[in-house]
Amino acid sequence: MVERPMKYSLADLKRFPTVSRTYFMECSGTTGGELMRPNQPTVQRTHGLVSTSEWTGVPLSTLLKQTGLKPQAAWVLAEGADAAVMTRSVPIEKCLSDALIVFAQNGEAIRPEQGYPMRLFLPGWEGNISIKWLRRLEVSDKPFYTREETSKYSDLITKTGKARIFTFTMEAKSVITFPSGEMRLPGAGFYEITGLAWSGRGKIARVEVSTDGGKTWSLAALQDPVLPICQTRFRFPWLWDGTPATLQSRATDETGYTQPTHQQLIAERGPLDAPGMLFYHMNAIQSWGVATDGSVKNVHSMG
Amino acid sequence: MCIQWVDILRAGAATAVASILTLGLVHAQGYPNTFQFGQPATEQDIAAIAIAIPTDGKGLPPGRGDSARGKQVYETACAACHGADLMGVANIPNMPTGASLRLIGGRGTLTSPKAVATVESYWPYATTLFDYIRRAMPFTAPGSLSADEIYAVCAYILSEAKIIDNATVLDAQTLPRVEMPNRNGFIPDPRPELFK
Repeated sequence: MVERPMKYSLADLKRFPTVSRTYFMECSGTTGGELMRPNQPTVQRTHGLVSTSEWTGVPLSTLLKQTGLKPQAAWVLAEGADAAVMTRSVPIEKCLSDALIVFAQNGEAIRPEQGYPMRLFLPGWEGNISIKWLRRLEVSDKPFYTREETSKYSDLITKTGKARIFTFTMEAKSVITFPSGEMRLPGAGFYEITGLAWSGRGKIARVEVSTDGGKTWSLAALQDPVLPICQTRFRFPWLWDGTPATLQSRATDETGYTQPTHQQLIAERGPLDAPGMLFYHMNAIQSWGVATDGSVKNVHSMG
Repeated sequence: MCIQWVDILRAGAATAVASILTLGLVHAQGYPNTFQFGQPATEQDIAAIAIAIPTDGKGLPPGRGDSARGKQVYETACAACHGADLMGVANIPNMPTGASLRLIGGRGTLTSPKAVATVESYWPYATTLFDYIRRAMPFTAPGSLSADEIYAVCAYILSEAKIIDNATVLDAQTLPRVEMPNRNGFIPDPRPELFK
């Protein structure tokens, strides 16, 4: 479904006009194990599969302009050169909007484990679809239903027994990084609560913080620059009185979407608590419980 | 990296050459619409690496296999991780846990919090099974199975799953016609959800 099939080396790719963009990337399995009960002890273990980098590369639309597209072109299969020759199907609309073929991360060549020499980068979408070690793109009129988009990275809704497929967008999410699990506050008094918020749909509009398990909420300050599809630092002053507290943050993005609670997600999609089955796209509000001795642990709150 | 569509090869046709230097501009020359970088991908280039199989089975290689032959392949290449009973082997170091290695069973569990998603209960297309085995299995030597062996091991898994019978021979014609139990189990993404 292209007019002119083409091959590009890394050197070829670098000659095209490039862009650099700061984006988050998140695995859609991040915090999946936290749905039914507090599971991992630290913020690294609960939310560690998300990060933000400056990515440099060529818009995929530039390359598709070189090859030309047939009118029926609707999906693009991206294929890696890893041992599993991993594949995902990407809608053509994404390929022609903000999709990139990147060759640099934070100003250096992308590292082997990040997909050297080049990888796909689909801003705001689940990390798995940004195929590393990219070796081939195949334009098609329909998706391929590859293993990674059917058996994995589809979202079983146990309420109905149906699974959502092609669930790409990472929705608004936030987490308090200080204080967080396994930290210990030395005593009552002032603390600056801080954390990160992000959304695959654009900019973070606001972050609210609760210190009473979600009963009351107050606006946190957002640290500039607030970029679209990028992690945004938030800060909130807190005078701890030394009694037990439950700290939460909740993000709202520029579309007006607000991060839900665990209870809301379970009510919408049904509970899932099966070994080997991930609850993808789990973006519920995280709670950290502060005990009178200052110790902090991962808790679930009914608030 | 190579961009192509396997079925319509138009390599070499209408090579677009940007002529930015012929515009007569004195100052900024601007960006051209097309660039001269890269090489046309030939039919041979594409055939050497284009292994993706869509759900209609287009591009499936010649070859054939049945469950009896597939059992032999399975015992040699698959059973160490997926188990002699196709139920998955627990606690293999650095391998997925839980039901991830399990290939069969689980029908009727998809409305349960303890859902068991296997090839039998969850996968919508048999072409995906062929495609994935060919690209990624066995774990220690991906890409090492012949087309006959892949058809055969697909036949073994699908017959143990009671999706086809023991006598079915799978090939490029019959494999795409296998009706998977969860074929209609997938729906489009309805998000964003409206939480109150």
